[in-house]
Amino acid sequence: MAKIIVDDIEVEVPAEYTLLQACEAAGAEIPRFCFHERLSIAGNCRMCLVEVKGGPPKPQASCAMNVRDLRPGPNGEPPVVLTKSPMVKKAREGVMEFLLINHPLDCPICDQGGECDLQDQAMAYGVDTSRYAENKRAVEDKYIGPLIKTSMTRCIQCTRCVRFTTEVAGVSELGAIGRGEDMEITTYLEAAMSSELQGNVADLCPVGALTQRPYAYHARPWELVKTESVDVMDAVGSNIRVDTRGREVMRVLPRLNEDVNEEWISDKTRYIWDGLKTQRLDRPYVRVGGKLKAASWPEAFAAIAAKVKGVAGNRIGGLVGDLATVEEAFALKSLLASMGSANIDCRQDGVKLDPALGRASYVFNPTIAGIEQADALLIIGSDPRREASVLNARIRKRWLAGNFPIGLVGEHVDLTYPYEYLGAGPDTLTDLVGEGTFAATLKGAQRPLILIGQGALARADGAAILALAARLAVSVGAVKDGWNGFAVLHTAAARVGALDVGCVPGANGLDAVAMTNPGGVDVLFALGADEIDIAPGAFVVYLGTHGDRGAHRADVILPGAAYTEKSGTYVNTEGRVQLANRAAFPPGEAREDWAVLRALSDVLGQRLPFDTLAQLRAALYAAHPHLARIDHVEPADAAGVIALAGAGGTPERAPFRAAVTEFYLTNPIARASAVMAECSALASSRLAAAAE
Amino acid sequence: MSVRRLAPKEVQPESFAFTDENLAWAEKAIAKFPAGRQASAVIPLLMRAQEQAGGWVSEPAMRYVGDMLGMAPIRVYEIATFYTQFQLQPVGRKAHIQVCGTTPCMLKGAEDLMKVCKKRIHAEPFHLSENGDFSWEEVECAGTCTNAPMIQVWKDVYEDLTPEDLDKILDAFERGEKPATGPQNGRHFSAPVTGQATLTSAELYDGSMVGKGAGLALAREAIAARANGEAPAAAPAPAAAAAAPPAPPKSDPAPAAAPPAKAVVAAGNADSEKPSKPVAPPPGGKAD
Repeated sequence: MAKIIVDDIEVEVPAEYTLLQACEAAGAEIPRFCFHERLSIAGNCRMCLVEVKGGPPKPQASCAMNVRDLRPGPNGEPPVVLTKSPMVKKAREGVMEFLLINHPLDCPICDQGGECDLQDQAMAYGVDTSRYAENKRAVEDKYIGPLIKTSMTRCIQCTRCVRFTTEVAGVSELGAIGRGEDMEITTYLEAAMSSELQGNVADLCPVGALTQRPYAYHARPWELVKTESVDVMDAVGSNIRVDTRGREVMRVLPRLNEDVNEEWISDKTRYIWDGLKTQRLDRPYVRVGGKLKAASWPEAFAAIAAKVKGVAGNRIGGLVGDLATVEEAFALKSLLASMGSANIDCRQDGVKLDPALGRASYVFNPTIAGIEQADALLIIGSDPRREASVLNARIRKRWLAGNFPIGLVGEHVDLTYPYEYLGAGPDTLTDLVGEGTFAATLKGAQRPLILIGQGALARADGAAILALAARLAVSVGAVKDGWNGFAVLHTAAARVGALDVGCVPGANGLDAVAMTNPGGVDVLFALGADEIDIAPGAFVVYLGTHGDRGAHRADVILPGAAYTEKSGTYVNTEGRVQLANRAAFPPGEAREDWAVLRALSDVLGQRLPFDTLAQLRAALYAAHPHLARIDHVEPADAAGVIALAGAGGTPERAPFRAAVTEFYLTNPIARASAVMAECSALASSRLAAAAE
Repeated sequence: MSVRRLAPKEVQPESFAFTDENLAWAEKAIAKFPAGRQASAVIPLLMRAQEQAGGWVSEPAMRYVGDMLGMAPIRVYEIATFYTQFQLQPVGRKAHIQVCGTTPCMLKGAEDLMKVCKKRIHAEPFHLSENGDFSWEEVECAGTCTNAPMIQVWKDVYEDLTPEDLDKILDAFERGEKPATGPQNGRHFSAPVTGQATLTSAELYDGSMVGKGAGLALAREAIAARANGEAPAAAPAPAAAAAAPPAPPKSDPAPAAAPPAKAVVAAGNADSEKPSKPVAPPPGGKAD
């Protein structure tokens, strides 16, 4: 720790702090453009100049100078930093004047207007006139993909975008060509960027040079109502802010949460919002004579009641989809239980996870932030870059810190960091449990992390593989006091929550595969289940949001609310309970799903014991107390993994397949989004070009 | 400086690969850097690629070098566009004339040289002449300011130019000859253009002055005195003067100036008598 005086305030900070951090610790505000906490230091915008005593007698870039670089005074006084002195004021004004020499005055037509760092800082630290009479420089706009719109004349060359793509996203695609006044940001030959995190460069851009293309000219920041919520595109549970104008979601932005997504979100999370407006189910439908006909709520309920009447409880089933909230899953389970059915399943992909094995057997035990404490990683049957892009960035961050051996069993994929490819399937895994160099690496590690993807578990021998992985985790010492390195990476936002409330078949109940097979059940309630084919025969009641696969198969469609239109609990892959808030209202006659289930239960004569969401939550929390602890991860009992390690089973020899093949099209909202379709087409053409 | 862009697609070659000789050279160049730091070799490799391809770096060449060094293409592109020494457009087959336009050359007539280029090659820099043999550009200081104005062609410099000289040089290149490099006005390297003004005495060079220096005689005396054990009496004068030559009193400059001169000459003499005396090896050189 070193003492330093910032504007007469003495603070004690670690010596490796930069002056900028020390100034912030002392409560002084330092303007900056190029500096960003999560990126390397560039020191090229010069906006953070401060005056120092104990260092060179000129304005210093505070982002690029450490506290330990300053000398104490002659009598041992701490070094002094001045952030409000005349020299600093003049230096900032000078830098701002230089930055504005070539910056266009197009704020009225700039999408960054109102949330622009340059605008704000010019107001705060700049001067009110320009002495510059020469022509301004103009720069050609570059094409860098369908998600990011460029207006390169506005660029102030902070290179945050270049550093982000290279360091965090792990793809060297953006670069700064030319030099001096002619420096320009571009991709190689203006190819579209391929990263799944590229939308973040628009957030990082301190000016309007990189903006979000789908959002271009749609709204102004001050018109938008901001709602803090949680993302459901993957099981990471990224914290988001949903910006709405009236009933419309205008955009989705990341929200800071150090434990989950830091401040990044994936492109699917960010650009999904146009899918919320298309293909929506805005009224109930009933299939009459083979065709879906629009109906009123009472008609739809009557059709269901007529069908359910006389059907035995064990001939009724329920599927919980991948975007369902915990409340809905709980309500559906309660409804089915009251009708005497144990046929409920949330595992559309047939993944062999079972709450009976203990919570530790199906959550990401080490937690996402815990990845940074791990010192060896084995990835089994997963492609985290596509299954959980933000989590993959965290693995990359850990890898960048060094001394992090990574092994992979499964498909050969580009994860943005190097790994040791160990093999394709269960055979390799079996070998690892016994011998193998990588097993020795894992054993030698203090906190090894075993990451199991859904690709390894969503198969007939999934239970055996899960047990094998647990055995490996136990044998290499990944499960011990203070560290549980057994990590199941989910792909569905609803999965962990549904498993938590026990949405799996009860005694003599049928699982998802059995229910959807011919002759499985007579009546099937599908709660947003779009990732599974339901065989003809069953009467399907689909409660969902989009006219996707589930709705096409349905006999009765009940329109529900999407994740931005309801308040609900989601549990992410690490078991973190988070609340999504309502930012907009469902379209047309669509209603919140729990309310639909409650109304339906009344019609079916099995009235659920709650009339409000608060009552539903009270019942839910009574049954599952850990769900009441919002934003908290309830550590799972590691005994579950140890018990699992003892389970037997013989895995087959087939290689693991990735759970997510089409990153941009994993759920009905994404499939309804034109932006996602464009990204998907681009990605597949890139794949085809690479295969040539 | 201006915006530098890659040559249009129709000009770009299909592919690029080093010749066997250059490939062997490139492997050696890469091996100079520690493992994992191969990217450091990008500038020499790009330069060699430019030389091989007739003076310019094509897009396939950038990708080739990037692949060779495990660099993303954008990283090579950044470097190639940053350094103006890399030509991104095709240059003249026979010569690419780089006219220095920095202050000394400009004062000595670089603008006239550029007029010749504009007249004979193309009105604009970086454009090929009609037959494709020549191109020209204005560059920043190439470091032969004494011999201004100058041009550089490939790795050679042509100095002390007049527009007529440049015409002749261009003629020679046109004929496929290689004109004589260096100063074009007959001067020897950067020797004074007016002829030598100092050290002109012929005796300096015929060996007759060897051992005749006044300081040398004094130094010999001092050495002899020390050998005889009279050191404290005789030695201090030159030693003290050599150690600290202070600002001499203005009234009497001559005596104060003399001792350091003696010391300097003594040192020079010590060098010539190396075989008999142990001396510290010259920095960077070999002690025999």
